Amino acid sequence: MNVWLVVIVVGVATVCFKAAGPVLLGQRRLSDPIAGVVALLAPVLLAALVVTQTVGGNNELVLDARLAGVGAGAVAIAARAPLPAIVVVAAAATAIVRLLA
Amino acid sequence: MSVEVDRVSYREGVRVVAAIAATVWFFGASFGLLARAGGWGVLAPFVMSLTTFAGSAQFAAVSILGTGGSAAAAIVAAVLLNARYVPISISVASLFHGPRLRRLAEAQLIVDESWAISSRGRGQFDRGLLIGAGLVLYGAWVSGTAVGVVGGEALGDPKSLGLDGAFPALFLALLVPQLGDPRSRAAALLGGGIALALIPFTPAGVPIVAASAACLLGIGRRL
Repeated sequence: MNVWLVVIVVGVATVCFKAAGPVLLGQRRLSDPIAGVVALLAPVLLAALVVTQTVGGNNELVLDARLAGVGAGAVAIAARAPLPAIVVVAAAATAIVRLLA
Repeated sequence: MSVEVDRVSYREGVRVVAAIAATVWFFGASFGLLARAGGWGVLAPFVMSLTTFAGSAQFAAVSILGTGGSAAAAIVAAVLLNARYVPISISVASLFHGPRLRRLAEAQLIVDESWAISSRGRGQFDRGLLIGAGLVLYGAWVSGTAVGVVGGEALGDPKSLGLDGAFPALFLALLVPQLGDPRSRAAALLGGGIALALIPFTPAGVPIVAASAACLLGIGRRL
């Protein structure tokens, strides 16, 4: 059945994706040119996640209450609020704007 | 001094994991609810949460099948969404030791949030936080799914609680400390720009994978 086909294929693919680095590379020391690239993965992927989770849709830019959440989160970050507070402030702002909209 | 700093940030890490786990639990519950309502039965959503353990891809699969899409369309979308785990898992590869099977099993705890929380900047990651946060979030995701499948109607919609706005703010908070040097700032700006430029023209998932090309700014340079 369709559902099980999707569950199994996506499951196997994801297990392989997540294992790619740890199984194929492990603790092997990376050559310097590659290490410079890998060191930038965190800021690059985090920036991409911020963008896609804020305005991402399927083949479309979606501007909705998430923008208010990220904006409020940014203010909390600038005010050096602790991480859990940032998360709560962002969720609350998103919920309030969505309620009013 | 550095020991003290590590201990404080570790404690904050634990608190953050608790807050994120609650959010992830709600999303797991709504995945279970949507999948059950979409005719997935009880077992398939549960098995998917156990094996795939990646929210966006699981929601995409449910929504595509639910709107009459083919299995192939659902698979392509979910696989594209999860392809980001190749660069993500490469970034933390050095934290995994021991036999291949053990590394394969532990690597399944890599998920956006556990990876982001364990990031220490300059390409460094904390193994304890990655594994610890991964275990807690895995438990939250799977148990949330189980509750959603059985009786999810009783829970609120995570969107009405604003939880979908919490994730990008979390990622932003974890990004800011990584922007200490000009090259990281340039790479993050380029990566975010690539993602933004591609969002209107590509299926979800593609912008993140394409953005990782911005890492090439680091070629041949050690931080």
